[in-house]
Amino acid sequence: MRARRAAPLLPLLGLVAFFALWEAVPLAGLVNPAFLPPPSALPGAFLRELRTGQWLAAIGNSLGHYALGLGLGIGLGIAAGTVTGLFRTAEALTAWVVRVLRPVPGLAWVPFAIIWFGVSPAAAVFIIAVGVFWIVYFASHGAIRGVDRDLLEVADAFGFRSAPERLVKVVWPAATPGILVGVRTAIGQAWMAVVAAEIFGVPGLGQRMMQASTLLATDIVVVYMLTMAFLYGVLDAAFTALQGRMLRWRA
Amino acid sequence: MAGLIEIRALALAFTREGARTEVLADLDLDVEPGEFLAIVGASGVGKSTLLRVIADLVRPSAGSVRLSPPAPGRRAVALVFQDARLLPWRRILDNVAFGLEKLRLARAERRRRAGEALARVGLAALAARWPFQLSGGQRQRVALARALAVEPHVLLMDEPFSALDALTRESLQDELSRLCGAARQTVLFVTHDIEEAVYLADRIVVLAGSPGRIVATHTVPAPRPRDRAAPALQETARRIRRDLTAPDRLPA
Ligand SMILES: Nc1ncnc2c1ncn2[C@@H]1O[C@H](COP(=O)(O)OP(=O)(O)OP(=O)(O)O)[C@@H](O)[C@H]1O
Ligand SMILES: [Mg+2]
Repeated sequence: MRARRAAPLLPLLGLVAFFALWEAVPLAGLVNPAFLPPPSALPGAFLRELRTGQWLAAIGNSLGHYALGLGLGIGLGIAAGTVTGLFRTAEALTAWVVRVLRPVPGLAWVPFAIIWFGVSPAAAVFIIAVGVFWIVYFASHGAIRGVDRDLLEVADAFGFRSAPERLVKVVWPAATPGILVGVRTAIGQAWMAVVAAEIFGVPGLGQRMMQASTLLATDIVVVYMLTMAFLYGVLDAAFTALQGRMLRWRA
Repeated sequence: MAGLIEIRALALAFTREGARTEVLADLDLDVEPGEFLAIVGASGVGKSTLLRVIADLVRPSAGSVRLSPPAPGRRAVALVFQDARLLPWRRILDNVAFGLEKLRLARAERRRRAGEALARVGLAALAARWPFQLSGGQRQRVALARALAVEPHVLLMDEPFSALDALTRESLQDELSRLCGAARQTVLFVTHDIEEAVYLADRIVVLAGSPGRIVATHTVPAPRPRDRAAPALQETARRIRRDLTAPDRLPA
């Protein structure tokens, strides 16, 4: 009984202890506060960023890149995963292309993104979309390959025989849980890509962090780190709620 | 009137990795309107395969299967599988409506017919549930409702009750008998349970051998409603058992 009442408080306690330790380390002179700003310095830094309008602008830009890159990556990932999951020839045809392209890290695409799109939002969207694409592609491919053949036979038996009918009536609904797992992973991974993509000068959180760090304004860097953590937290919580609703049918 | 299903000289072989297995051979069968026809046979003789051929899920290697063309808003045949095979992401009512979505009916009409079919199997109260919230027997009833909803000329059933406990099985047998008798629903019912066949069917076809062929046909003389212990049923069961165990039917 006591343990159960204490349980929701424990994560909060952990967080408080974490911030307390963080505050203590630079305060005790163990580390130069310029290298590790104490949490007490953060509200001031945050207000300064807010007042200059840079915080809102950075978030707005980054969320734009994030949403577009995520949307594109998810859409293309599901489409490609569906085709290779459904048709053996498509899978065989792409097997080695996938093996060649898949291990290329998102950052390695930066030079090409800049050559193709310039230092522009499109470049950032591209880098984000590439990372998301692979995660969602593999999740979708596996989920669609794993669809219960017995259920496909039910579709056949009731006359749903064309590929679009089978997709809509059985394949996609059955693959949804697996696809959503990939989407959730991508929602997290895409933030890394946002920073990577913007560090090279595309306006947004990443660029602002880079500017602040060259000025040794570490408190501002941390403000944006926490901003990102907060945005991720909100999005992941919202997505988990949506996922739970979409998968109500699972025991 | 011609049979609802006419099977002529049907043969079926599977080819897998170069090896050819003959499953059914030389099969002629007519299903007459309103009759309850059972097919009994040992495991692996090709009963499910025969139903799958009739439902056009597998192509025969030779011979023909002719189905009477379905009236508008109906299907020629509808299949109930051994396991319910409900779509887990659809609520019960939407599962029942599944086949109706192929029949070009208005949404309201689909819902009406699905609701009606669900009521016929006694599960109207569970319309809004998910499949995982149902017992095995209830799920099988929903599968039956899904098939009944498309008003098939012939209802095909593949050992639909074999996965259920004895009590549930008997109550579902009674229900099926009552439902189909009242509606004069034509049924082709596959089972390896001889007692089940003689209790339900007007006519019983015995499938045996390898490849499977029809080795005997029996009509069940007992009137309905039937008594499971009736001597006429037991006598028919005894004759079927003899067909299935005749020396020339034993595997070589
Ligand atoms: N897709 C397939 N490929 C190759 N062989 C198959 C295939 N499906 C069935 N068979 C074979 O055909 C034979 C008949 O199978 P079927 O499922 O029709 O038997 P059954 O009479 O329904 O048996 P049970 O009572 O156990 O359900 C079996 O020997 C089986 O191994
Ligand atoms: Mg079978």
